[in-house]
Amino acid sequence: MKIEIIGTGCAKCDALERATRAAADRLGLHYEIQHVKDIREFAKRGVMFTPALVVNGKVLVSGRLPDDAELTRLLQQAGQQPQADRPQ
Amino acid sequence: MISREFKIGAALVGIFLTAYYLPLSNARVEAAIIEAFKLLQWYARNHTLGCVVPALFIAGAIITFLSPSAVMRYLGPKSNKLAAYSVASVAGVVLAVCSCSVLPMFAGIYQLGAGLGPASAFLYSGPAINILAIFLTARVLGFDIGIWRAVGAIGFAFLVGLIMAWLFRKEEHARQDVAFQAPEQPESHRSGWQSGLLLAAMIGFLVFSDWFNPGDAVVRRTDGSEVRGVLLQETRDEIMIQVQKTAGSVRAGDRLTLPKNQIADIAEAKSWVMDVFHIRWWLAGLCGLATAAMARRWVNRTEFREWMRNTWGFAKLLVPLLFGGVFVVGFVSALLPDKQIAALVGDNGLRSNLVASVVGALFYFATLTEVPITQALLEHGMARGPALALLLAGPALSLPNMLVLVRVMGVKRTAAFATAVVIVATGMGLAFGMTLPGGPVAVAHAGAMP
Repeated sequence: MKIEIIGTGCAKCDALERATRAAADRLGLHYEIQHVKDIREFAKRGVMFTPALVVNGKVLVSGRLPDDAELTRLLQQAGQQPQADRPQ
Repeated sequence: MISREFKIGAALVGIFLTAYYLPLSNARVEAAIIEAFKLLQWYARNHTLGCVVPALFIAGAIITFLSPSAVMRYLGPKSNKLAAYSVASVAGVVLAVCSCSVLPMFAGIYQLGAGLGPASAFLYSGPAINILAIFLTARVLGFDIGIWRAVGAIGFAFLVGLIMAWLFRKEEHARQDVAFQAPEQPESHRSGWQSGLLLAAMIGFLVFSDWFNPGDAVVRRTDGSEVRGVLLQETRDEIMIQVQKTAGSVRAGDRLTLPKNQIADIAEAKSWVMDVFHIRWWLAGLCGLATAAMARRWVNRTEFREWMRNTWGFAKLLVPLLFGGVFVVGFVSALLPDKQIAALVGDNGLRSNLVASVVGALFYFATLTEVPITQALLEHGMARGPALALLLAGPALSLPNMLVLVRVMGVKRTAAFATAVVIVATGMGLAFGMTLPGGPVAVAHAGAMP
């Protein structure tokens, strides 16, 4: 799955990236992760509040740092969804 | 990750070089170090427990309990124009305490939502109407500047937004064809008024614990004459007073130093501000108790932990900045020349205000450090009008932040925004200067530094 962290490089954004990597590794997911720092890209994804977590083009979290349990649950759900419509 | 390690390394090298080369044998440097510690102590004793600490809890509560998506409803593409401008002008209080989150929201409002006008209003109000900064300003620099900063910033945001919308009224910007995606927030079991009341009680605590002593006094001299004014300083055998009412040979705006053996007595001038000042701790305590009671009833464990986590996050971010800033300002300001500052920004005229606005617009102030910096400049002879201009233009704009803006909205709009900010800040500084005793060339009087 394609994971994007949207953030300006603030402390919370880096924390979200670390937590997301850890959660995805724990779940054993196949993923590529990208930290999007260009503000012009934020609006293209419909994100206004940082930090945000975008998985396969869908905004899952925006404007806050979820705890590990929630992050794990969100990634697990996203991993189970069929990925036919995933843009390549 | 690499950049973080690099920053730590650079900081260590910086500290090493400072320690290595600091000319401690120089008497001025020695005095400056003592000054730096004095200023730090003054902040620690007078402004930390009553102002900074409660304000951090409020900032934490604001971002925990108020939902930003609710505010964004008013800033969407189809929103009512008047509502959009009004909300954008005050939204800074609700949405952002740190300027790093303002730019993404600005880009969002501009590209997905209400357009250039409200986005510009928000861009200004976001960093400027910061609850911590306003309270610290009122407390350190004086109640009048604090009020003007708060009210001025809201009017300012509105005005800058309107100017931008009018300037570019003919140009439709390329709107992104994407909807604003707001994932579900965890549900709140509190209604809006409960959150509002909780925040109001906390702000009440801050307002009363911060209530200022205006120092209005009537001094009767042994020769029978009376001087009405603001008590600035009192030492063992003399007092310094700024005269408010012209009487005989003393004129309003003058600063007098009176030896105590010439004074028959000093009476407090009666006013409601003074009355509140005497009972301020009771009122603050009441608000504090109300906050505790409401928090117990309406805030559950998870939210409470989130609140504390956000508060701690702000503390980690802002406390080192503020106190580090205070220390550096104390050191540098002891080495600053008075004459040049007074010559540049020493009166409330047009040129002083313009200089202060331009400097404020270009210079980057780390959050909250604008307060000690302005305080130092005031003590070195800056007038209060330009001080307000500096505070209004300062946090909203800086060179680094202009570079990001250029990427979002282009050179032309960025230049227009910067120009609008400088012009409006200059105007506000001038207007504030006119209200001061003594008119446009009033004497500068600094804060209450002992």
